[in-house]
Amino acid sequence: MAKVLVNDIEIEIGEDERLNGIEAAQRAGFEVPRFCWHPGLSVAASCRMCLLETGQRDPGTGEISMLPKLVPGCQTPAKDGTVFVTESERVHQARAQVEEALLINHPIDCPICDKAGECSLQDYHFQHGQLQRRADIQPFTSRRRPLGDTVTLFVDRCVMCTRCVRFCREISGTNELMVRDRGSKEEIDVFPGFPLENKMSGNVVDLCPVGALGDKDFLYSQRVWFMKNQPGVCDGCSTGCSIYIDENQDRIYRLRPRENPDVNSWWICDEGRYGFKHVHDERRQTQPIHREDGQDVNVQWSDVGSQLDRELRQADRLAALVSPHLTVEEAYLLIQYLRQIDPDVLLGLGPIPVVGKDEGFPGGFAIHAEKCPNRRGVEEVLKSGQGELLDFSQWLQRLESDLPDAVWISGGYKSDWIDEAQAESILRVPLVIVQDLFPSPLGQLATYRLPGAAFAERAGSYVNVNHHLQGFDWAIRPPVGVLTEGQLYWRLLGRSGLYDATEILAEISRDISYFSAAVPPLPAGGVDLTNNLVAGV
Amino acid sequence: MVIVTAFEPILLADIKKEASHTLRVYQQSAGYQTLKQALVEMTPEQVQEVVQSSGLRGRGGAGFPTGLKWTFLPKDHPGPVYFCLNADESEPGTFNNRILMEEDPHQVIEGTILSCYATGASTAYIYLRYEYPTSLERLQNAIDECYAAGLLGKNVLGTDFSLDMYLHRGAAAYICGEETGLIESLEGKRACPRIKPPFPAVEGVFRKPTVVNNVETAACVKHILARGADWFRSMGVPADPENPRDAGSYGPKLYCLSGHIERPGCYEAPLGITVDELINEFGGGVWKGRRAKAAIPGGISMGLLSADEFDCPLDFSGPGKYGCLGLGTAAVVVLDETVSMVDFLHNSCRFFAHESCGQCTPCREGTAWSLQMLNRIKQGQGRLQDLDLLLEIGDSIGIIPGTTICGLSDGAAWPIKNAIRKFRSEFEIYIQRTNPKGYQATEPVQALEIIGVH
Repeated sequence: MAKVLVNDIEIEIGEDERLNGIEAAQRAGFEVPRFCWHPGLSVAASCRMCLLETGQRDPGTGEISMLPKLVPGCQTPAKDGTVFVTESERVHQARAQVEEALLINHPIDCPICDKAGECSLQDYHFQHGQLQRRADIQPFTSRRRPLGDTVTLFVDRCVMCTRCVRFCREISGTNELMVRDRGSKEEIDVFPGFPLENKMSGNVVDLCPVGALGDKDFLYSQRVWFMKNQPGVCDGCSTGCSIYIDENQDRIYRLRPRENPDVNSWWICDEGRYGFKHVHDERRQTQPIHREDGQDVNVQWSDVGSQLDRELRQADRLAALVSPHLTVEEAYLLIQYLRQIDPDVLLGLGPIPVVGKDEGFPGGFAIHAEKCPNRRGVEEVLKSGQGELLDFSQWLQRLESDLPDAVWISGGYKSDWIDEAQAESILRVPLVIVQDLFPSPLGQLATYRLPGAAFAERAGSYVNVNHHLQGFDWAIRPPVGVLTEGQLYWRLLGRSGLYDATEILAEISRDISYFSAAVPPLPAGGVDLTNNLVAGV
Repeated sequence: MVIVTAFEPILLADIKKEASHTLRVYQQSAGYQTLKQALVEMTPEQVQEVVQSSGLRGRGGAGFPTGLKWTFLPKDHPGPVYFCLNADESEPGTFNNRILMEEDPHQVIEGTILSCYATGASTAYIYLRYEYPTSLERLQNAIDECYAAGLLGKNVLGTDFSLDMYLHRGAAAYICGEETGLIESLEGKRACPRIKPPFPAVEGVFRKPTVVNNVETAACVKHILARGADWFRSMGVPADPENPRDAGSYGPKLYCLSGHIERPGCYEAPLGITVDELINEFGGGVWKGRRAKAAIPGGISMGLLSADEFDCPLDFSGPGKYGCLGLGTAAVVVLDETVSMVDFLHNSCRFFAHESCGQCTPCREGTAWSLQMLNRIKQGQGRLQDLDLLLEIGDSIGIIPGTTICGLSDGAAWPIKNAIRKFRSEFEIYIQRTNPKGYQATEPVQALEIIGVH
């Protein structure tokens, strides 16, 4: 066990751990400011904000000999006996000088900068900067230019940390960004004719410690301090990236990656990042409708529960299509409810949207072709309920060959998921209940057309392609007129109060062996369910 | 330009011969005999030992012991090991490598082949400064001649040793003279110096062990092998026994003398002659009968010696004792009494602001900021407090305080520190004279112009 001394506080570093000065200081409780260093990228050691003093402690005598010069913390490994000093006069002075230098050519246009409020340059200025501006260089310009379809560069705000350049080289592997010119005239740019257009391009905006890279989608739409950052899970594909859902008053303004070493590291893809637009789509269904004799009749949620319950109980044989967009808990509740009425309910897995092929990136990130978040979770719930797993076409076949009295369809898809022929076969069932986000050929003619929730409105957990389960709470409330699936099922089951995903997951972890590792409270990064699979629990 | 030598010249011995750059003439004076002998009679380790025991220190500026540098190569590395000859001679005032490459390129190549043999390198790159077209032509010609004569390529001179040599022309950036900047540039990248460790000896060109040596160093290697380590150690200044870190300054050195001097040129002398000797005995004194005001001891980045410091010996530890950064490239530039130190410093700052690669914040912004301040001072808007600010910048940038990756900004800092500390009164008088109303002001300087259009 290596022992490292940070400002007289001794910390221990494990055998396999490789920490640098910044990380070691963090462990001891000291924040070392930095611009260019990022745990997911190679070390540049060029911003020089993380300068600190280092030395070596003699293991025998305990005597400490310090290096005469400052070293960048990001580049200095913490080994046994290493000494770091992060809070000395010299270090503070060096930070102030770097901060001052970075502000020399910076326009300081915080009032109109998107980054203000979450800007390292701004924060560090207050923590470490000089009290007064001494530089007299000021004819600055506020030049901006697009780097691609997603990102705009505000040239003068840049501090040349080159995180974005390294990202394009190391993580996306697409090499679009570069440094142009030299010295204080250098700028980030793209090669002529090769704009920034990789599938992970939005990450450079998150990486940018200052306001130089602006997300065109988010630009000027919301001040960051008005937004709450709700942890969530992306529903764009079966990777299930950990994200922050940045919202203000139930409106999502942007999605950002949330660090999770087991799933997405520090990144998300653009598809996921901008994949929240459907949440606020005007075409979303917001009115529960009962179709009687070819006429749509608006109904109230307060009545819907008892009405559905009555009609379902009158039916003899039930079928249900369980969407891969439902959370594990929601799928579990739906099946539990329907099996109360008909223990032999015909359960099928909703269609799995597949687009293109799985795609890997040099940094280890992957975008999956399966464009739904919870196929694994729903499959396991279905398997435990029914024994066999029916996919959509198998389910449809069984349905057609032996028509049930009522069918429950859960949707939640972002785009068209059912064609007219399929809808027609299902519509032959006398009682069709569809809960979905958007109108569909099936929903339009269903007996009950119920508006459903989008991912950010749900609570529960998803299981990704690698059997990693992540729980999340709702980030925003659904639009008026929408009852989330979870709440509806909860109500149908006659449970009192509000839908509580944690309570259900605890039940599931006891009930289904596949989920036995998922005992709440879950860690922020989720749990790996395969641990238990291997052990054969 | 006049090139004279006072003692029996070694490195410059053949440069005045007709067609001295050709293989034919070079072989007339026992050219490549040393190589032949070494390849046949000595193992690479023995060559390394001879060079190490000669006390040869790198002639490129930093003065790192060459033999010691070679020993940093990992032992038993499966290879390839690369050798880079740093011919990116871009330190202002320096031109000794050019003379070697133009007038006696085979001497350099023989030294390079010997160095490659000693270090086990199978490929040598000569990274040549863009601005040297004649060197380009003559080096390429010399390499071609060597290939034709079996001195390069497979089985050099019929031995087992094989070596390929490539001449690479840079694109005119000062930073390519820094060894890791050179390596990046050679690999086809932007010449941003690398963070060290790993040092090039462990991970250099194409991530393989690499030795980077200067042109004059390679030429010295040839003569050390020809005449022995003891001969080399008989010249120069021995190590200071009081200072265990002093590795001594041995051998001949090419001094570049330029500026306000009667006979500027490249002179060969043993290490350790004084600035006075160089100016008066070799250069014929300050020009036009004027007096000297200051001199740059070894390229602009080494700082300044004032006229009363001309007794400074030009060996590796001499200029350091006079507040300069070091010997550097031993390129002495003489400034006569008419030179304004403000102009000198302005020019120096302009150079470094232009040449900073822009990687490290303190260098990128510090060099540009100091230039802006000098610009303002020259425009008659100077303030006395600017001098303290300039000194603060000078004291805080560079690898010596630890704030940058490479030494470029140490080079930028030293002229600032030396010029202001050694000639402060001149700066103060200049500022008071040109800005009589505002020289004492201390409130923040107003922005000259604000353009904010979004």
